Amino acid sequence: MEKRAVFRSSWLPLALVTPQLIITFVFFVWPASQALYQSVLLEDPFGLKSQFVWFDNFTALFRNRDYLESFNRTAVFSLLVAGFAMGLALLLAVMADRIIKGATGYKTMLVWPYAVAPAVAGALWVFMFNPRIGIVAYVMHSIGYDWNHQIRGQDAFALITIAAVWKQISYNFVFFLAGLQAIPRSLIEAAAIDGAGPAKRFWTIVFPLLSPTTFFLLVVNIVYAFFDTFGIVHATTSGGPAKATEILVYKVFNDGFIGLDLGASAAQSVILMFIVIVLTVVQFRYIERKVSY
Amino acid sequence: MASVVLDNVKKVYPGGVEAVKGISLNVPNGSFTVLLGPSGCGKSTLLRMIAGLETITSGTCRIADRVVNEVEPAERDIAMVFQNYALYPHMSVYDNMAYGLRNRGTPKPEIERRVREAAKMLAIEDFLERRPRALSGGQRQRVAMGRAIVREPQAFLFDEPLSNLDAKLRVQMRIEIRRLHNRLKATSIFVTHDQVEAMTLADVVVVMNQGRIEQVGKPTEVYNRPATRFVATFIGSPAMNLAPGRVIGRGKVEIPGSGTLDFDPDTFEVAEGTAVEVGIRPEDMTVATPDENTGFVIKPEFVEELGPNRLVHGTAGGEPLVLSVASSMPDLGTRALGLRVPANRVHVFDTTTGRALRRG
Amino acid sequence: MVERRPLATFLAHLVLILGIVVVAFPIWVTFVASTHHAKDIMTAPIPLWPGTQLIENYRTLLFDGLINPIAGGVPLWRMMTNSFIMAMIIALGKIFVSFIAAFAIVYFRFPFRMAVFWIIFMTLMLPVEVRIVPTFKVVADLGLLNSYAGLTIPLIASATATFLFRQFFLTVPDELAEAARIDGAGPVKFMKDILLPLSRTNLAALFVIMFTFGWNQYLWPLLMTTDRQYLTVVMGIQRMINVADTDPQWPLVMAAVILAMLPPVAVVLLMQRWFIKGLVETEK
Repeated sequence: MEKRAVFRSSWLPLALVTPQLIITFVFFVWPASQALYQSVLLEDPFGLKSQFVWFDNFTALFRNRDYLESFNRTAVFSLLVAGFAMGLALLLAVMADRIIKGATGYKTMLVWPYAVAPAVAGALWVFMFNPRIGIVAYVMHSIGYDWNHQIRGQDAFALITIAAVWKQISYNFVFFLAGLQAIPRSLIEAAAIDGAGPAKRFWTIVFPLLSPTTFFLLVVNIVYAFFDTFGIVHATTSGGPAKATEILVYKVFNDGFIGLDLGASAAQSVILMFIVIVLTVVQFRYIERKVSY
Repeated sequence: MASVVLDNVKKVYPGGVEAVKGISLNVPNGSFTVLLGPSGCGKSTLLRMIAGLETITSGTCRIADRVVNEVEPAERDIAMVFQNYALYPHMSVYDNMAYGLRNRGTPKPEIERRVREAAKMLAIEDFLERRPRALSGGQRQRVAMGRAIVREPQAFLFDEPLSNLDAKLRVQMRIEIRRLHNRLKATSIFVTHDQVEAMTLADVVVVMNQGRIEQVGKPTEVYNRPATRFVATFIGSPAMNLAPGRVIGRGKVEIPGSGTLDFDPDTFEVAEGTAVEVGIRPEDMTVATPDENTGFVIKPEFVEELGPNRLVHGTAGGEPLVLSVASSMPDLGTRALGLRVPANRVHVFDTTTGRALRRG
Repeated sequence: MVERRPLATFLAHLVLILGIVVVAFPIWVTFVASTHHAKDIMTAPIPLWPGTQLIENYRTLLFDGLINPIAGGVPLWRMMTNSFIMAMIIALGKIFVSFIAAFAIVYFRFPFRMAVFWIIFMTLMLPVEVRIVPTFKVVADLGLLNSYAGLTIPLIASATATFLFRQFFLTVPDELAEAARIDGAGPVKFMKDILLPLSRTNLAALFVIMFTFGWNQYLWPLLMTTDRQYLTVVMGIQRMINVADTDPQWPLVMAAVILAMLPPVAVVLLMQRWFIKGLVETEK
């Protein structure tokens, strides 16, 4: 879509896009190209000499057990987060869509965790699960499970998953509810006249019509789990215990800033960049197809 | 007030589409000129070139004897009324009308005076503090006109300003626009695809088709003496009937299967034996009594009742033919009808060029 | 729904209430903890009803910089101020930069217009997290570490906001711009007098989203600032939790959590209508 009406000036439009372009070049394009460049270099520990090493940094990464484990962990983590955050949000949205009276009130009460910083969400849950005083840990102890995320890896992993899911439900809820409300009432009524009960209507009419929203959210949730959860991990477990919660983003940060292994860190950045690009392209491809119906 | 003169104006869009193919037109000072044509004929593009909203590919446009091809719209001293009114939604009616004057640095009391005066003229004084959203379609239309009037421009440009109104309001606003013009005597160029609007409003109608002018003339001229087949069929409702014919003598044309018609040989110049297209308006034919031999017969197929009159659909020379008769006529049934057609109401067109074969 | 089924409606309410309880429970526990003495929060089970130390705890936290050695010396109001400044600069900066860029892209034809569009689009694909080390280096080279400029400017380019404005501008009728041109308004005047007021809803929606985004920044301030003067409240909490060799002072940490959530949550709730509209539309 294009505008017919345009103003004429040769310098003004350029002046108007300049601020955004400068910021984009200086802080996005240039660093990204630097990451690409460094990912094919090997630098000595003092940063004095560097050597072009082709894809050695990448092959080294994929031979590195730590990295592969982190990769797997991130995949599992993002699927768990996306699955739970979307499933619960869908359940709540379907319920809210049924209700006419008081729907706004419920919406208000469910929407606010969106505004909570991931790191703060982490702090909330780390307190809830604190092995000595946490209320949830207390309940778990009393039913015989000795919760301790400071020692046991799987507990720590569960903790960051719960915190990540908790924060993302509201976002998904908003989108599912908007998607549900966009489905024409007449379709549901037609299905009801055709004799389909509520459950059948949901699975044969509502859910298929919701699939663009679902797909969109799936991509967004995976991106969220990959990148935005850094704050949760850093504030709660710092990747521990014994790297049990070291997801990819945390590892880039750790290797780059704590370990100062620039080549490896850059190679990891490039791989992450690749993942985001693939996800973005998939998402836009899909949206385009949807539009062309 | 001023004249608008176009000289061989062309518009070619990037990509090669030629929307306006060389138009020369003189809109004299104070005239109300209507550009009439089907959608896509280039009439809006032409108007927008006069306004300065589209660049002119070639040719010149003069407003008040000044070439304005490269002049910004705001500097052309014109005002425009848009189809969707284009009122600024966040401004009050008063501010909508005052905005252009403020931008020109008109002194405040002067703005106040002009806005009040225009508002009074248009009977929108009570709405000056309202937002456009709170107005009806007709009221918005008036505000759009008011915004043009306060500018006291060299020329008013109207881009289908009535087409968003419902039928009743359209008739009413049409009359008001004409009344306003009679009062202000401002040079106006009005674009429409509605021939009734064109006929009722215009001093001069410019009929356009496919980027060219088909005919320029007073409303009665374009109706009574259409220069081309296109004008003939575009103006008038229901449209003029066209049937293939052959000239068989001075002022005589044969329509195969229906008989012969007389035409005015002093008006039309056609050699005997020429194949032509014959045009007759539905309202120009009358039904003969059953025993009268008119030499021209049609076979009716069905009838549409319109209230004041009735349309009889039949065929002549294999082409569909419509006949308009008064409702007071008794039911004609489906027997063949003899028709009387006055010779001076028969039009003769060239089959290939479509031009009326007029003398001179 | 189509049929009237009291039981189903009851179930729907029940599920929603349950959902809200689960979502809100941690906040309640946090709030309660922030109103007690530290000694009451030393052993399980911790109380579930507010205590008496509310004012005392929040006062200490906000104004006494003594809380713990790492975040020490910096009272929380100072961190809140930093967070607020950072969030405001990011939100307003993003809106301004995106607004004018979208205006240029929609209302002008200029060389490389589409190239500019795609470059802006690319920023979507490059979140801070994937380019941390080199971006850090750029900011360090520019001498912007430990400054508000370094904290905010790199986050000001926003494809999302630019796209939202572009989308919105495309729905504004062409005739408005034409009428303005005839009325003698140049591009800048049109932008200021017509487009800006028309964009109010979008501006509000984006403000909520971007303010929240800015306030909640974590990784970036973590890298950018070593000087305690620039500590933001979100970072401060992390430092208060991860104290070495001793238990965190839970009531104060929890009070900080409550305070850290308050501004963005308030903005989202107060501007909920615009926020939801904006959120759903930016992602189209």
